[in-house]
Order: sequence, then structure tokens, then C-alpha cells
Amino acid sequence: MEKFDLIVIGAGPGGYVAAIRGAQLGLKTAIIEKEHLGGVCLNWGCIPTKALLKSAELYQTIQHAEEFGISVKGLKFDFNKIVERSRAVSKQLSGGISHLLKKNKVTVFMGTAQLKGSGILEVSTNDGKKQSFQAAHIILATGARSRVLEGFEPDGHLVWTAKEAMVPTSLPESLLIIGSGAIGVEFASFYATFGTKITLVEMQDRILPVEDHDISALARKALEKRKIEIHTSTIVQSLKKHPNTIMATFLHGNKTQTLETFDRVIMAVGIQGNVENLGLEKTKAKIEKGQIKVNEFCETDEKGLYAIGDVAGAPWLAHKASHEGILCVEKIAGHKVHPLPRTNIPGCTYSTPQIASIGLTEQAAKEKGLAIRVGKFPYQANGKALAMGEPEGLIKTIFDAKTGELLGAHMIGAEVTELIQGFSIAKTLETTEAELMQAVFPHPTLSEMMQESVLSAYGKPIHF
Amino acid sequence: MPINILMPALSPTMTEGTLARWHKKEGDQIKAGDLLAEIETDKATMEVEAVDEGSLGKILIADGTMNVSVNSVIAILLEEGETEKDIDLSALKAVAPATKTSVEPTKETIVAQPPVSVSALASSERPFASPLAKRIALDKNISLASIQGSGPHGRIIKRDVESLTAGTMRQPTGPEFTDKPLSTMRTIIAQRLSESKQTVPHFYLTVDCSVDTVLSARKSLNETLADQGKKLTVNDFVLWACSRALQDNPNANVSWMGDRIRHYRDADIAIAVAIEGGLVTPIVRQSQIKDLISLSEEVKTLVKKAHASQLRPEEFQGGSFSISNLGMYGIQSFQAIINPPQACILAVGAVEERPVVDNGRLVAKSMMNCTLSVDHRAIDGAVAAALLSSIKKYLENPWILLAKG
Repeated sequence: MEKFDLIVIGAGPGGYVAAIRGAQLGLKTAIIEKEHLGGVCLNWGCIPTKALLKSAELYQTIQHAEEFGISVKGLKFDFNKIVERSRAVSKQLSGGISHLLKKNKVTVFMGTAQLKGSGILEVSTNDGKKQSFQAAHIILATGARSRVLEGFEPDGHLVWTAKEAMVPTSLPESLLIIGSGAIGVEFASFYATFGTKITLVEMQDRILPVEDHDISALARKALEKRKIEIHTSTIVQSLKKHPNTIMATFLHGNKTQTLETFDRVIMAVGIQGNVENLGLEKTKAKIEKGQIKVNEFCETDEKGLYAIGDVAGAPWLAHKASHEGILCVEKIAGHKVHPLPRTNIPGCTYSTPQIASIGLTEQAAKEKGLAIRVGKFPYQANGKALAMGEPEGLIKTIFDAKTGELLGAHMIGAEVTELIQGFSIAKTLETTEAELMQAVFPHPTLSEMMQESVLSAYGKPIHF
Repeated sequence: MPINILMPALSPTMTEGTLARWHKKEGDQIKAGDLLAEIETDKATMEVEAVDEGSLGKILIADGTMNVSVNSVIAILLEEGETEKDIDLSALKAVAPATKTSVEPTKETIVAQPPVSVSALASSERPFASPLAKRIALDKNISLASIQGSGPHGRIIKRDVESLTAGTMRQPTGPEFTDKPLSTMRTIIAQRLSESKQTVPHFYLTVDCSVDTVLSARKSLNETLADQGKKLTVNDFVLWACSRALQDNPNANVSWMGDRIRHYRDADIAIAVAIEGGLVTPIVRQSQIKDLISLSEEVKTLVKKAHASQLRPEEFQGGSFSISNLGMYGIQSFQAIINPPQACILAVGAVEERPVVDNGRLVAKSMMNCTLSVDHRAIDGAVAAALLSSIKKYLENPWILLAKG
């Protein structure tokens, strides 16, 4: 039986990063992937949706070209080409992962794997062969899939998950999106751009429920301005399928019922971990709420067995998975590592407008009983934002009033997903408001608003 | 003209340092940025880089020279075309090697002051800590120097400061010290005991007493006395032994009076009693004529009065001998300070079982250490030794009580 120091199951952004780092640290490493190198992120998640959203953004910009003094006649779009481009981008990146794994001498098996007792894995490769391997350390990085609710099972035709929504063959005229997290909002934004009539339904009392209240409110306003219909505190009671349409029954605030017919439905009610068929029942590892239970170093209850990324729980973010992969492998290699603080993980939504945040929301900080200082700076008051024709947006910062710690930053508006890293670095370096005020931000940029927001938190904004 | 290379100041407070090592030798060609030498202070080792170009004409301060004053000339750099002849050593006379006095730099030399490149991260000038950690530490009045950082490269981060405040290394609270005014008692204790220790020539004699018999006698007697509500302590036996021994050794029952020695008739024995804020020494008068139970009862009364601050002056003034017993604190042995004008004080340790060689056999016995402090002006060694051995005799043979009372 061939022996490895480390075998990683799943080659998503958690798994392949863990495998590369393991090999770099001198571990004899193998990785097993059943479908695509790069996982959901590269193939069915982050990257292809960003490609789609870029098309949408470009289309929107050209639609507004007149405002910039540019006339465009005969503006058209080819929906199939938009989808094709998205697939091409994924394919290109997936090929890149293959090259990186090879370069780092990671053995790749395309197939599935099952635990067969302590440190033993049986790999069924896609060519029908079965092989067993021994490994001192096994990392489960099997990721997650769209959460399925009973009675709302996706059928790939009328009821979609994110995956089907990414490769539509035609543009639906009307679309019901159930769930207003990042995925729901991104698809709402994408399809709305090309003229689909969108209805976005959220069970909680605001969209993007993990974001700060101010951001949720501004996002709602911006999406509604784009003719997206939003129902919060609303649940979808049932879906009734017709040959080519689907009728949804809504219950608003536990009171009124309404009926509405849609061409398609996207289920975006969260995700669930891929914990099945791994042979976990033969180990001490526990599954709780559809995810593998791990400690702060990604260790399961079974010695030598680890879980990282989506399968190990929220936040379901590629960069969280990658970080955990590195942390987990470095611990295996005997390095001194520290757990990843949840409050230092930024989250981004690539809709129009973009949304990005890190750390505690105002509400969460208050619930923790912290005395806080809150700063806000609107896009309206920033020169670059106006020059770009992007006057809508907000940068909000939250500080611990006592220590000056940057507790959280919440942003909505153009390019905020690229700006948030500044606050990520600030939080990781544990800068206080003093350094953020002292740092020189270039003019004219959107980033100036980050500093102005900090100044505002301390009652001394210059430009607002 | 030749350029003077000066001893750099590695920190604003540095006045001198050690020239650890030269990295160049005389005659070497120097480019700006070249590593010239290493300088050590008590805090760090740092490197000195060249600012100017040329050749190293003369090294004035050798490797390993300590206490080199800041700004003193340590070497001379020759510019292109210059030779050793251009060096005017007479101008440098003031800067003898290893001089302790600070040398004032001349205007010319200031120009050549080399920059310092800090190689040691651990320089104490700047704590390697995150701004947030610094702020929290400042707020909680914690010294960063006491913290081991757990961030990248040992950087002190918020977690480190917070775990220090929340964890085992709890910081003391309150002011570093408070000054309390002296009580009258404390003033007197300080005055009398200083005077005693400084003017009375103390010497010390120590014996170990086997007290198994005392312990069993005490046990039997206490059983008998129980119905009268009376109880003897080991210290009562010590008092009894001292009273009888002083009677047997009148030359030890004395006081130094400067121009004469006073011999006492009675054995008035003071007992040191610790009370709130100090100690007092009430006196058992004429102890030599009192039986064991009377002594015991009298001590009890005096101790009670002492704690209640009800002692009358005549009850704690005078006396010829003191007993100080710290046995109840588990103190094995100690040396007490004589309380003038008394000439002796007996320091009594704890009763403890110890292995003792008895007739060639190792046996466990209850032992008690007694150390006698003696004023040599009034009592010589032999006299004091006789007294102490007498005390030991009574303590080891309490049955004498039956014969002599």
C-alpha cells in the first residue's frame, strides 16, 4: 500500500491550497478530486459568477454611456456568449490549478475517496480502478452544495440552484429568488441587468441579513431602484409547477398570502456540507448540523483527520477555506500557528452596488456591550466617486471607543470589494484609529473615503 | 581632508558603548554603505555603516574596547589622493582610547557622523507590538517589556496583552507602596532594638532540648487539670525551667549598668507577646517562687491584658530575662535581640520530631531548639553556658517538679 504523509480530499480553494502548502513543507502529498480542480469556487461559484457579473456591469455602463458623453447605438447582448465567456474563464483557471499542483509535485487522483479505518483511504478513480492508500494526515475539503429544502427540490429545469443559474440556455422573463444572501443578491443583480423581472424573497426582516443594518437598508434601496421587487419577512409556502412556469405561494409576515407565477426559481437558502460517502461513520469524527465538527485548528475528533472550508462550517468563503488549509497543514508540519479570528475574515457581494464587510456590525458590537464609535462617509461627497458616475454608496467604520480597535468596516458602492482589503490589513496589524488617520491615502481615489469614515468616527471628517 | 569616523549614539540616552569588532582593516577601500564595525550597548548590538568613500587610514579604537564615549573619533577615513601623512594626530590627542569623559565633537567631526543601521529587531527603543496592543497596555498600565509576543516574529498583539490581564500573570492593583505613619509603640521598638543591636555585644548559645518527657508530663497534667479549666503550654514549662535555672545561676541574672553590674534577687521574666502593630513584653515577677500552674495562669492573664492593651507600666517595665517563643509558627531556631537593660533573651523554636542518635541507635525524638542571646559585657560565655545547660536540664527532666516544685 502506497503511503503518503498527507492526502487531501477535494481540490477546491481549501483543498488545493492545503495540498500545495503541504508539498512545499516537504510532506509527500496527494489530492483527490471527483470533478474539477478548483472546486465550486473556480467552476461553479466565485469565478464564473464574477465573469457573468462583469458582463452585466459592462452592459449597464454602456447603457449609461450617454451620461459620460458617449453615444452608443444598437446596443445588444448575446446571452449565450455571456455564459460561454464565463465558462471559458473557469476552464482557464482550472487548468492553472492543474499546473500548480504538478509544479509542487502533488499527486492528483481524479475520483472519490472513502475512509477505511485509521489512516487508510480507498480511492475509486474515474477510470473505474480502486486503490488503497495510507496517510498519516487526511484533510477533508469536500466543500458544500446548495441547501435543499423539502418541497423545493431543484429540478434543473424550473427550480434552479446557483449551478443551473450560471449556465442558463435562455434568459427567463421572470425569476423568483428565494434567499437574499450574497448568492441570491448577485443573481438578482445579474438577471435584472438583462431585463428579467426579479422577485427577491427573504424570510428575515432585511436582505443580506449578515451585513450591517445600514448596509442592508442601502442595498435594498439600490436594488429596488433597479426594479427588483423585494419581500422581506416573507416565506415561500409552496411552489406549484406548470409545464413551463411555476406558481409560488407567499406568506407575508405570517398574515397575508399571495400567489405569483414565475418562469424560473433560484434556491439560494444557504449551503450544506458534503459529508456523505466519506466513511466518516468509521471514525470518531462527528457531524453536527450538516458539517464536520472541528476545533480551532481544523482537527476532528479522529486523530490525523482534519476538515477545512465549507464542509467544516461557516463562513462559506473561499478565502476562509484557503486560510484554514494553510493553518491546518502548517500545524501538521509542526509550525506554531494561531487560529483564524472570525472577525478578520472579509466578505464580499459582487452585485451592483457591491457590498463588502469585515468584523462586527454595529448591532453585534452593541450586543457585545462594547462602547463604540461609528463613522460614516457617503460616496456623494467623494470626488473620484462623482467622476466615475458612482455617487451612491457608504463606508461605515466601527471602533472600540476605549481602545481604538477597528471592530468592523461595512461598505456599499463601487469597487468596495477591492477596497476592503485595506481594512483587512488594518485589522490584522491591529492598527487603531490613530494609524488609519495618519496613513496617507492618495487623491483622488475611492479609498480616501475609508480614511474619512475613520475621521468621522472621531468627529473630525474633512469633506463631509 | 581626512574624515573622522565617530562613535555613534545608538539611542538618545547612550553615552558610551563597546566597539565590538571592526569589519574593515586599515588600508581597506570603503564605499558608502559598507559595514564598518559593530557597536554594543547593554541593550543591543548594532552595525555602523560608512557614509563616505575612501580608504580606512587609521583605526584609533581597537576591537573589544569598552566604554568608548559617543562622538569620540574611532577611525579616520582618507579621501582619494590622501595618505596617512595627511592625518593630523595631534588634533585628536584629546580622544585617547577608552576615555570615560565625553569628548565634545568639533564642527568638522559632526559632518562625518555615521548613520546607524539597526540590525537587532529586539532593540529596546521601540517595543515590537501592534498599535492596539500598545494602546491597551498603556491603558492598563502594563509594561510591554514583560510580555512575550505571539504574533508573527514575536510581535506583541492584542491577545497577548489581554491574556496577561485575564490570565495567571495578574497585575497587582493599587499603588506601588503606601507610607504609614509610625505608632508610638513602633517608634519605641525601633529605637530600643536599634540601640540594643548596635551597642550591646551579643553572643549566642544554642542547644537542642529533648522534650518528650515535657510533652508527656504536660499531657498527664492537662488531663488532671481539665476539670479546673486549666491547661499548660510547652511555653509554661520553658518559663518554669528558666525561673529555676536563673535561681541556680545568680551570676546570669544580672544587668550591665555602665559602671557596675546589677545582680537581681528575683527572676522577673518577660514574655514577648505579639500584638496588633508590634509586641509587648509583660513580666512574670518573682517567677522563681511560683509553681508551674501559677506561672501558667499568670502568663495567661498578662497575655490577655496585652492583647486588650490593658497592661499597666509596671507590668511590662524592668525584668532581668526574656523569653521569645516562635515555635507556634514552626520556626526551628532564631536569634533574638536583647531587651536592655536585661542581659539575656531565650529564643525558643518549634517542637519537632527529629532523628536523634541515642546510645548509638537512631531514634525519633521530640526536639526543641533554644538559643540564648547574651550581653557579653555582663555575662561571659561559661556563665551563660551554665545557665543554658541548666535550662536544658529542667526542660529535659520536668520530674524535678516533684522533688523541688
